[in-house]
Amino acid sequence: MYLVFALFAGLIGGALSIAMRLELQEPGLQFFTNPQTYNVFVTGHGLIMVFFVVMPALIGGYGNWFVPIMIGAPDMAFPRMNNISFWLLPSAFALLVISMFVEGAPGSNGFGGGWTVYPPLSTSGHPGPALDFGILSLHIAGASSILGAINFITTILNMRAPGMTLHKMPLFAWSMLVTAFLLLLSLPVLAGAITMLLTDRNFGTTFFDPAGGGDPVLYQHLFWFFGHPEVYIMILPAFGIVSHIVSTFAKKPVFGYLGMAYAMVAIGAVGFVVWAHHMYTAGLSLNTQRYFVFATMVIAVPTGVKIFSWIATMWGGSMRFTSPMIWALGFIFLFTVGGVTGVVLANAGIDRNLHNTYYVVAHFHYVLSLGAVFAIFAAWYYWFPKMSGYLIPEWIGKLHFWIAFIGANVLFFPMHFTGLSGMPRHYVDYPDAFAGWNRISSYGSYIFALGLLVFFYGLWLAFAQKKKAGDNPWGAGATTLEWTLSSPPPYHQFETLPRITGSEH
Amino acid sequence: MAQAHTKNHDYHIVDPSPWPFVGSISAFIMAVGAIMWMKGMAMAGLKAGPFLFGAGLIGVLYTMMSWWTDVVHEAEKGDHTRVVQLSHRYGMIMFIASEVMFFVAWFWAYFDASLFAGEAKQFMRLEFTGGHWPPKGIEVFDPWHLPLLNTLILLTSGTTVTWAHHALLHNDRQGLKWGLILTVLLGALFTVVQIFEYTHAAFGFKGNIYGATFFMATGFHGFHVFVGTVFLIVCLIRASAGQFTPKQHLGFEFAAWYWHFVDVVWLFLFLAIYLWGSDWGRAAEKILV
Repeated sequence: MYLVFALFAGLIGGALSIAMRLELQEPGLQFFTNPQTYNVFVTGHGLIMVFFVVMPALIGGYGNWFVPIMIGAPDMAFPRMNNISFWLLPSAFALLVISMFVEGAPGSNGFGGGWTVYPPLSTSGHPGPALDFGILSLHIAGASSILGAINFITTILNMRAPGMTLHKMPLFAWSMLVTAFLLLLSLPVLAGAITMLLTDRNFGTTFFDPAGGGDPVLYQHLFWFFGHPEVYIMILPAFGIVSHIVSTFAKKPVFGYLGMAYAMVAIGAVGFVVWAHHMYTAGLSLNTQRYFVFATMVIAVPTGVKIFSWIATMWGGSMRFTSPMIWALGFIFLFTVGGVTGVVLANAGIDRNLHNTYYVVAHFHYVLSLGAVFAIFAAWYYWFPKMSGYLIPEWIGKLHFWIAFIGANVLFFPMHFTGLSGMPRHYVDYPDAFAGWNRISSYGSYIFALGLLVFFYGLWLAFAQKKKAGDNPWGAGATTLEWTLSSPPPYHQFETLPRITGSEH
Repeated sequence: MAQAHTKNHDYHIVDPSPWPFVGSISAFIMAVGAIMWMKGMAMAGLKAGPFLFGAGLIGVLYTMMSWWTDVVHEAEKGDHTRVVQLSHRYGMIMFIASEVMFFVAWFWAYFDASLFAGEAKQFMRLEFTGGHWPPKGIEVFDPWHLPLLNTLILLTSGTTVTWAHHALLHNDRQGLKWGLILTVLLGALFTVVQIFEYTHAAFGFKGNIYGATFFMATGFHGFHVFVGTVFLIVCLIRASAGQFTPKQHLGFEFAAWYWHFVDVVWLFLFLAIYLWGSDWGRAAEKILV
């Protein structure tokens, strides 16, 4: 259900981005007669993709399905709470969609201040009810995620099968454990921040209004204290998934298992103390900036541990380039590109120039769109046979991969160039000088969308052909517990708990 | 279905429940109603906001009541084995942890304003505060009057709830009830004193950062006191109905944990906002400017 919801929301979020690329294909205004509507699309695209696509798919979908199986538990610790985590999402999503159709800024519909919702655009800039819908949507989605996080932590800490110590637990479960802690500790701070927005907007408080002694930068601190852990919330489950796929198709255990697990813990912990690297241009003191540059650089270390351990896992393995594997390899390559531009942006001095340019857009799409989303597809081709019991033809996954790989790179790589030459984000129009690369970007987005057609065709084929997958379609490399069960697994697996005796993870 | 099989483990496989769905729909209605209310929006000529909000709120409250009633019944049936109880403990600890982080946001706002009231870069704020905390022209409460009284009330209630817990552990039902009754009364007294204090505030909620941080931080705390009091009342009713055993009384334990959490938050509020941020605390002024 989470996955179906994420697919649905993904189509809407994707449609918004295609509309943006259509507009940006040529200089001048083509489709958006009201430029504010373009900004509303940007905001909607961001919020939908983060809260209603990547998080429900990776955490809600794969997490809820495979974490209990991998640790040998019959279900999550609190199944009903899991249920409400899901049902809150359509409620929240409905509020967000309503928000796009009611008045925001005077005379136009929707909120157009970006997914970060900075004041004063979010306090005095949009007096209409649009943003109030957006804020309560985030409250409800946040409550859903907090409940989900509590559920994951409890399940993983309390319901592992006899013999499965934390140090024998599969890496995907590790990644979900760290993710859940990040959710639990960061989302309430966002809830506080947007509650302040709500009272500033409706009840006359001055948290973010300097005329009453408030401070707009306070919002940025609170937001990014949530926002930075949030980006790891979206990528850590992907790390876990890729570890499994690489190990399965290299037919080797993951290299440096403990290092991999604790690298994720380190990323999660350090992720809480680097938030202000999103705020280098907000007037922080130089010493503060120095600290945040340094702390941000530190994160490259555990991330490097992960990348090199994946490579070392493949080294000397008997590799099979199946469809999940090439998606995972694509993930490693593209995520590394995004990670490296992240190291560039971490420098406060360089960020002076690049802040709010398309370079930033390119960076976070390489880690999210090409990172997290590629991992979603990798996991889809890896676990679909397990979840449905049917096989997707291999050529579908491979064709989809190559179309998506080419499309995404054509789409996002030119943004490095436009960003370096100074094209700012969040504008509906641009000078003619940027026309060439923008046209190429737009073509890339159409190619990527074409890949989605292949994806849905594959989904249809799987259910039309009904080719049985069997318990373990991937052979000897797939060693985690889910492959010991039937495909699809029974309603409540493990009526007798499995006993873990060996030393394998 | 799970019941058709034999299960060879101690986990609790719950039956399907309608409440998650009902609760989510209610939350949606409540949100829409709240916005229509705040913005004075009309639907078919009717300002439906308050009604929608009320309907949603009733739905949410009804969901909570029914859901937890189900849980209590399951506990009485013996579905809650030791491992399931441990799960519930983990869950409650996590919930309180997330609540702590929620209060972190309000303290952050408070310290952002109070510690940096005199920052020259923020010239508009400097003009407003005059480089002082509390901001110039704002007359704040004397921490040694009502706030101190409330501190003592809450601390005492923390001891009475512990008394009730020990009584329960020694199967002293009378002690359990009296401990709970006293705790509930002290909690209610705290709320009354707090409301009395609010009505005598010399500063407004609107238009100044002191009022915003003061009322939102203490207000959310007050709301938590109210929720905790209701939680304790539920425990009192359950105790009178003969529920809770010296071995199994998670509902009571969680109410007590929650109460202590509320207590600790208050101590921080008292120290940071009432005491340090008062005229009495102006010794700190020199550091601020």
